[in-house]
Amino acid sequence: MSNQYQERSTVIRILILTVVAIFVVRLAILQIFDKEYRELADQQALRTVTQYPARGLIYDRNGQLLVYNEAVYDLMVIPKMVKIDTDYFCRIIGITRDEFDSRMKKACRYSTYSPSIFMKQISKEEYGSWQSHLYKFHGFYVQQRTLRVYDKPIAAHVLGYVGEVGDEEIKNDHYYRQGDYIGKSGLEKSYESILRGIKGKRIMHVDVHNREIGPYLNGSLDTMAVEGGNLYTTIDATLQEYAEEIMANKRGCVVAIEPSTGEVLALASAPGYDPNLLVGRVRGQNYLRLARDTSQPLFNRALQARYPPGSIFKVAQAMTALNLGVINPSSGFPCDKSLVGCHNHPSARTVQEAIKMSCNPYFYYTYRRIIQQGKYKNIYKDSPYGLTVWHDYMNRFGFGIRLGIDLPNVNSGRIPDTAFYNRRYGEGKWAFSTIYSNSIGQGEVEVVPLQMANLACIVANRGYYITPHLVRFYGPDSVRNEEYYRRNETGINPAYFEIAVAGMYDVVHGAGGTAHRANIPDIDVCGKTGTAQNAGDDHSVFIAFAPRNNPKIAVAVYVENARGGGGYWAAPIASLIIEKYIRGKVTRKDVEKMYHDAAPCQKLPLPKTVKKKKKK
Amino acid sequence: MENRIDWISVTLYIVILLFGWMNIYAACYDEAHSAVFDIATLHGKQIIWIAFSAVIALGITLVEPKIFSSIAYIIYLVVLGLLVLTLIIGSATKGGLSWIDFGFFKFQASEFAKFATALALAKYMSSQDIDYSQLSAKAKAWAIILIPAALILLQHDTGSALVFASFLLPLYREGMSPKILVTGLIAVILFVLALLINKYIIVGVLVLIALFYLFVWLNKRSRKHYVWVSAILIACTLFTFSVDFVFDNILEPHQRDRIYVLLGKSNDTHGSGYNVYQSKIAIGSGGFTGKGFLHGTLTKADFVPEQETDFIFCTVGEEWGFVGSCIVLGLYLVLLLRIIKLAERQRSVFSRFYGYSVASILFLHLFINIGMVLGLLPVIGIPLPFFSYGGSSLIAFTILLFIFLRQDTEHTKPL
Repeated sequence: MSNQYQERSTVIRILILTVVAIFVVRLAILQIFDKEYRELADQQALRTVTQYPARGLIYDRNGQLLVYNEAVYDLMVIPKMVKIDTDYFCRIIGITRDEFDSRMKKACRYSTYSPSIFMKQISKEEYGSWQSHLYKFHGFYVQQRTLRVYDKPIAAHVLGYVGEVGDEEIKNDHYYRQGDYIGKSGLEKSYESILRGIKGKRIMHVDVHNREIGPYLNGSLDTMAVEGGNLYTTIDATLQEYAEEIMANKRGCVVAIEPSTGEVLALASAPGYDPNLLVGRVRGQNYLRLARDTSQPLFNRALQARYPPGSIFKVAQAMTALNLGVINPSSGFPCDKSLVGCHNHPSARTVQEAIKMSCNPYFYYTYRRIIQQGKYKNIYKDSPYGLTVWHDYMNRFGFGIRLGIDLPNVNSGRIPDTAFYNRRYGEGKWAFSTIYSNSIGQGEVEVVPLQMANLACIVANRGYYITPHLVRFYGPDSVRNEEYYRRNETGINPAYFEIAVAGMYDVVHGAGGTAHRANIPDIDVCGKTGTAQNAGDDHSVFIAFAPRNNPKIAVAVYVENARGGGGYWAAPIASLIIEKYIRGKVTRKDVEKMYHDAAPCQKLPLPKTVKKKKKK
Repeated sequence: MENRIDWISVTLYIVILLFGWMNIYAACYDEAHSAVFDIATLHGKQIIWIAFSAVIALGITLVEPKIFSSIAYIIYLVVLGLLVLTLIIGSATKGGLSWIDFGFFKFQASEFAKFATALALAKYMSSQDIDYSQLSAKAKAWAIILIPAALILLQHDTGSALVFASFLLPLYREGMSPKILVTGLIAVILFVLALLINKYIIVGVLVLIALFYLFVWLNKRSRKHYVWVSAILIACTLFTFSVDFVFDNILEPHQRDRIYVLLGKSNDTHGSGYNVYQSKIAIGSGGFTGKGFLHGTLTKADFVPEQETDFIFCTVGEEWGFVGSCIVLGLYLVLLLRIIKLAERQRSVFSRFYGYSVASILFLHLFINIGMVLGLLPVIGIPLPFFSYGGSSLIAFTILLFIFLRQDTEHTKPL
């Protein structure tokens, strides 16, 4: 054969080149332009196992453990991988076929490729009972999680609770994934970023049968979970427990603070609840029950309830008036019941006496001098000026502002300002005579119990407070929040506070004082009673600190609808708290028993010790 | 005078062979068996086949080149005998009956049939006394190709049988009418179109093209034109309407599935489409530079079936990325063009025809194998030459190539 078709060689070469060129283009499309394959490959061959860190522990001020963790297990499923004998599976795990189907459906709805929770929070015991069968259930695996455990059922409102993250929280913080836990209230919420730690991840290389081959890239992309930081709180567990016990069958709250540091020793709101109720699989059900309870056990009265403060408010009025110079320590006012109602007592001749006897007309006069200082002739101009000055003073006492405590949802209460009254009555249409009820802690004034305890701290400290807080330091490096070591000054001469201290001492110890029931042998308690009128029965209020010099504890006790003034209910309860804290035990067993058992609206006999004192 | 063996080709052969072995090593790599030479593993066995191939290649370079043309028919007949023997005593693997089991070595006669047929056909085409324009001569040439192809088809090894179509290229080079190639191309296009769209539309378009050709394109029309165009039109119409019958009755179910997958008519990524789906993911996930040697996540995790053999290119795609894949394609391209260049400088028709046969067989393997792995062609199981794991195929391809390289050493010799 001759070689006459040589040019066909070129055709063949071009054919080969064309095919190779098509392959190169195809490769470029697959490997460079289409990013989907990389994801598909990772989805298939890699399994990311999240390492959940243990949540930080919470201790009380004496190192007693308040909250710790317990291991539970989530049964995870990857629907696409499931290869099981369903009936056998149901029998071993202990669920019905219907349950299986509905759980599976839910998992499929989330994703057929990615793992989701099939059954959550399985106890160690339950997991142990079928752990050895797990390998037979292709497509299922177990992930360890932790749940909160509370040894003592106390401080639920302070500690708060942990729950599964909601969609909103996931959207706001990319740290969270479906099924993660987050602090929902209390310290769990405000210190969430410390307590949660840092999640770790392990990327496992899995083969076509979903068996783990080994760590992906020798684990170089893996991260270790970092345990959550611990909280070292200011709470005294013993005192907290005692406060909750004594408030158990009442409605109200107790706040105890160490005045020199602003450390909250106890913060109890009644009715409360056992924090263990809001843990684990029963959480949802219990939460609903508590949320529907008309006595509002989930409501933290100590921080969120706005109450009329009653007569305890007079202490702040006296200090303000003295500092403004509108009265002096020896100012006397007649007890003129035509101005404002009062109980029977001699007219007060000094500020100290006025505090002791809690004379309403006295503070009517005092408040009038604050509000109508005579700057303007026209009282409709003069009153707004005075109110503005007063409002500023009240803020310095921590009233009408949100105290920077490290708990969420603290309320500011209300100190009315000119704008408030202008809104209510119209500009130039109100004066002192319209608003005089504020003078005795009624009217438009509203205070949260934390602010009442803070007032006790201010007097105890003779003029300043440190923002109340619940955590001393946190984390492995014992970080302190410096803000909680700064003095907030009222700017009032400490000498005036000595008058308040003396007055409050007389309230408990002096003849004609309103709170002899708060008397504790050998401890100098200084206090101030309040009886707050409201739509129902009077609320019983008492603030106190002790001892008189170098006070160790300041307390506010608020008992709702107690029928019987501050001296009758709140004062003895406060004294029990004080004695328990200072002595470590309560010697007045009869008082303890009486107030422990008593429910409000009950007539109580006068305790013996108080009777004796009164006779002196 | 004798020339040295073409070292460019030999170097390319060695590079492809070694890179292929590396990828086999990666494909069956696991920490427990990481020793390079471990007879229990495929990559360990492949070392034996490579050594064996080296010995055979060396042997061929020592043999007198003329001997191959003189014993071409004998080799051909022996291989035909082995193919028949395979049908009688062969062992079944994956639905095919293509192996003779020698215990240690599973002999695949179909691999050897390729070079044997190439030798026989080259020998026949170079005979001085035949007139290829004669029908009988054509028939004999086709018989040489189709007999082994038919025997292999009986073994249900469609892929290997299809390789015999590669002889169309050397035949074309030696003067076969290009109409046969064009007809084949049209048949493939019509087949695909008939499966994808309404057949009446296809026929309608064909009629329009015919009318356009006759009345717009041609200035002068003779009766001959009308007859030819009508005949072609009728043939195409009949072919189009027979596609369904062929598809449903002649193709096997798995072949139908594979074609459906390719045409996007089936999205079954777990059944028949699994291989290609995984193959595309493995290659696609390699990205531009790949995940690195022994770091292919899918390769290591056995997601792609047949990854040491027919789907070995996935390993390249995943671990060496676009760069590595292009280098491999480039190596093959240079080798193929080199063989064609060598073939063109041959003085004897035998050598030239054989050279073209070598290039065509390698090319068709490359085309079908890579086309399949990239999801451009239906899944047809044939190996990637010198690259895929397998003793028979490596040895057979080595023989195929080195016989030609041995012939080439005499290209300057006068006939």
